[in-house]
Amino acid sequence: MNADEIANCLSEEFGDAITGKNVEAMDPWVEIAPEAIADVAQFCRDDEQLLFDYLRNQSAVDYLITDARKAKKLEIEPRLEIVYHLHSYPHGHDLVLKVLLPRWKGDVEGELPECPTVSHVWAIADWHEREIFDLMGVRFTGHPNLRRILCPEDWVGHPLRKDYEFPLEYHGIRCQ
Amino acid sequence: MAWIDQKMEEGVVTTTLEQALNWARESSLWPMTFGLACCAIEMMATGASRFDLDRFGAGAFRATPRQSDLMIVAGTVTFKMASRIRRLYNQMPDPKYVIAMGACTCGGGPYFIHGYHVVKGVDLVVPVDVYVPGCPPRPEALIEGVMRIQDKVRGERIAKGAENELPMPHHSGHPAPSVVQINMNNVRSGA
Repeated sequence: MNADEIANCLSEEFGDAITGKNVEAMDPWVEIAPEAIADVAQFCRDDEQLLFDYLRNQSAVDYLITDARKAKKLEIEPRLEIVYHLHSYPHGHDLVLKVLLPRWKGDVEGELPECPTVSHVWAIADWHEREIFDLMGVRFTGHPNLRRILCPEDWVGHPLRKDYEFPLEYHGIRCQ
Repeated sequence: MAWIDQKMEEGVVTTTLEQALNWARESSLWPMTFGLACCAIEMMATGASRFDLDRFGAGAFRATPRQSDLMIVAGTVTFKMASRIRRLYNQMPDPKYVIAMGACTCGGGPYFIHGYHVVKGVDLVVPVDVYVPGCPPRPEALIEGVMRIQDKVRGERIAKGAENELPMPHHSGHPAPSVVQINMNNVRSGA
């Protein structure tokens, strides 16, 4: 199936949960509403026509420009995007799913945004989601073991956020 | 020492205890196997046959801090690793020496500005004797660092109250001549 057919297939199945798409891009992507991502993932893996049995990559992007002058020029709406790169071995086709999240839950600084887990669909998502939680600060609801995976467990903050501030000291070692 | 030199049989060497001790120590610096990142590859190359760290008696890489004299911190030190490094350093028996190998251990290197996870120099964690910069330094540079450690060992004084000498490196690759001269004078006068 080509990208257009895949996007239409998802639109027919989920209707309003598909909030946007771009099938012209080099990696065609479909935007999913956060609450529907687990169902869409399950469908993508199990549907006879899609059979996306392989989650190539799962990652997050922080859209925020901290420099006020640059922010005026580019006008990017601050948001977090979770990106899922899918591949199907039986059919040989690819798809990118995107989930748009607010940077903070309810715009309260420090409250992590929430997204349903897909770790029960693709087992590798378990570690990917832990990494995203660790570095980007997204709480994956329903994840079996959502702990930090790279940073020390007592680390404060999520270092790959654009507005992350370095601690002055960690366990008596100067950081800056 | 001159009065005794001609009064012994052939094949007998006289020396001071201090010199003998320092000579033994500097010729058997056992480093700890401690590769953290890419610098470790150069450290392995230094230990292998082409560069042959064994020529300096420093080729016996020990797998435990209890048996090592020298800690070559080869590679990026993360905050997660820092507490382990300090513990390993504390487990080494005295006298112990540390070489900071590579840009990351000298001062954070390429991670200095944006690396949230990297300690900005291992000297914030353990005391460092010799810094070997480079990314990564070539084996010749590490050998140079080991030789500077040997200079430092040679400058140790065992007498009560005597201060250790800190040999200044010279661009010729040997300690500055004046320091060596002073050492020899001290030895001759029996100080």
